[in-house]
Amino acid sequence: MFDLDLWREIFQSISKNKLRSLLSGFTVSFAILLFTLLFGIANGLENTFNSFFKDDAQNSIFIRPGKTTKPYKGFKAGRDIQFKNEDYDYLKEDFGDKVQYITSRVYKNLSASYKDEKSSYSIRAVHPDHQYLEKTLVYEGRYISAKDLQESAKIVVIGRLVEEDLFTKTIALGKYINLGGIQYKVVGVYRDDGGDNEERMIYMPITTAQKIYGNNDYIDQVNLTYNPEMDFDEALSFSNLLTKKLKERFDVSPKDQRAVRVRNMAEASKGVNQMTTVLGVLVLVIGMGTLIAGIVGIANIMIFVVKERTKELGIRKALGATPKSIVTMIMLESVIVTALAGYLGLLLGMGILELIGDSLKEYFITNPNVDTSLIIGATITLIIAGAIAGYVPAKRAARIKPIVALRDE
Amino acid sequence: MLEIKKLHKSYPIGKDSLHVLKGIDLSVQAGELVAIMGSSGSGKSTLLNIIGMLDEADEGDYILDDVPIKNLNEKKAALYRNKFLGFIFQSFNLITYKNALENVSLPLYYQGMGRKERQEKAMFHLGKVGLKDWAAHLPNELSGGQKQRVAIARALAAQPKLLLADEPTGALDTTTSYEIMDFIQELNDEGKTILIVTHEEDIANMCKRIVRLKDGVIMEDEFVNQVRASQYV
Repeated sequence: MFDLDLWREIFQSISKNKLRSLLSGFTVSFAILLFTLLFGIANGLENTFNSFFKDDAQNSIFIRPGKTTKPYKGFKAGRDIQFKNEDYDYLKEDFGDKVQYITSRVYKNLSASYKDEKSSYSIRAVHPDHQYLEKTLVYEGRYISAKDLQESAKIVVIGRLVEEDLFTKTIALGKYINLGGIQYKVVGVYRDDGGDNEERMIYMPITTAQKIYGNNDYIDQVNLTYNPEMDFDEALSFSNLLTKKLKERFDVSPKDQRAVRVRNMAEASKGVNQMTTVLGVLVLVIGMGTLIAGIVGIANIMIFVVKERTKELGIRKALGATPKSIVTMIMLESVIVTALAGYLGLLLGMGILELIGDSLKEYFITNPNVDTSLIIGATITLIIAGAIAGYVPAKRAARIKPIVALRDE
Repeated sequence: MLEIKKLHKSYPIGKDSLHVLKGIDLSVQAGELVAIMGSSGSGKSTLLNIIGMLDEADEGDYILDDVPIKNLNEKKAALYRNKFLGFIFQSFNLITYKNALENVSLPLYYQGMGRKERQEKAMFHLGKVGLKDWAAHLPNELSGGQKQRVAIARALAAQPKLLLADEPTGALDTTTSYEIMDFIQELNDEGKTILIVTHEEDIANMCKRIVRLKDGVIMEDEFVNQVRASQYV
């Protein structure tokens, strides 16, 4: 029921007692301000952690060879393990249904030049699947194709910053770039969300690199993504299986941790997910604590307010106010003060987050913000909080005997 | 109009109890102007509180306008107070943050009357006490006499059957007291039933009947020749 007169009464009571309303509102504003900042910062931290994994596919598994540390099957410790094309083929064929994308990598560091501009870059020689594994976003031209591999084509795909460095006066696409004395045609330019380093890379077909720089079939690393339908446990047992099979393949002791290294991103991202969950719970607990402190604060002030207004409430009762009308009045007043003050705190908090948000990047806080659902939730919480805070004092107010109130002179 | 029979009231003080009213019998007809007198502790305020439904008797009957007033819950008491009674207090008891008009219209608000009608009625009653021009003023901008007149207007606004005044002139100087009494007499002339608690003889003599209380019983109940306050104003 909407009772305009009741609202008039309440707004008059609030506005004619500004100091009182301000004091009770301040506690709530402050609590909500802290709550908002806390949530925003926690969100910012979570954003940062998530961005660490944005660069690569989350279901990635990286496989790298190393040195043996244990003697096994007649081999001495300290033997270098070298992956070759046949190992790539083995992984691709034997685990075909479990593998989504797979690529080998050969690393080189070469100086590159175009006309007078010169600089040194990391080169990654890869399979076409690499594009999906690394989330490379080609925005000009194309990526490396299967045909390039067959032909060992002398082509490269360069990062956005490579183009910026070397091609100061022209666009790179279609031009020839000199890598260690050999001319390669630029067929594509890409972006990458992984940061500046990722955009200072040059990609070329793996067959080209193997032929030109060593004339062998060595590979430095195999990256693959597992079938995304696998859950965490399946993914983990898959990477364990890979480890076991590869150790057998290279005659490495099952206990040797260094010779074949399989890193499953699912583990890392699960760890981070757990951490952000814990962080979220922590923030929620602290935030709720702050909110409860705010509610207790306003309840306290409302009790004081009722005491201060004892006489007024007594007069109202003598003039015919029912206990219900007194309870409604006090509670609604509390709800309105809480809701308005809380909303002010929320807006203030969001404003502060907006203002200082960008300067917090170096503290691992990216884009701190609070989302709409939280705002709606907070508003509902505030209204309930106001009602709770107002209820006890309102009940007390309703019990005031007019005779006692009026004697109080 | 008002019937009280064998009314008893005691207040607990520690283990003992203080017997304040020891069997009061009182009957008031419509149109009377009654002064209830007595020294402090005589029980006159307790009696008024019971009549005003601000307090409840332990024993005895209280019938107001043919309605027995007994075992009232808070809601009913509020309703009856609003319908039957108008209060005038020694300390005026106006709500400080409301202006004169708002104060007068408050009992009408609790009657559930619409805003416009409420304001019209309140203005009418303010006019009756001669404070139409002061409608928008807050209580602290008014003199003592004006405050009491606002309070009277407020008591009248709900058109009660019975006006209860607890030392209505207690906080006022003699001249202002007589002005207020003159006004109360005028109201009585119009037919209002009014009960005044006072300990001042001259005020009591301006009523038509004086009931004297001592130690919780009625000592004396006499009709007097009313002294008109208008001759002093």
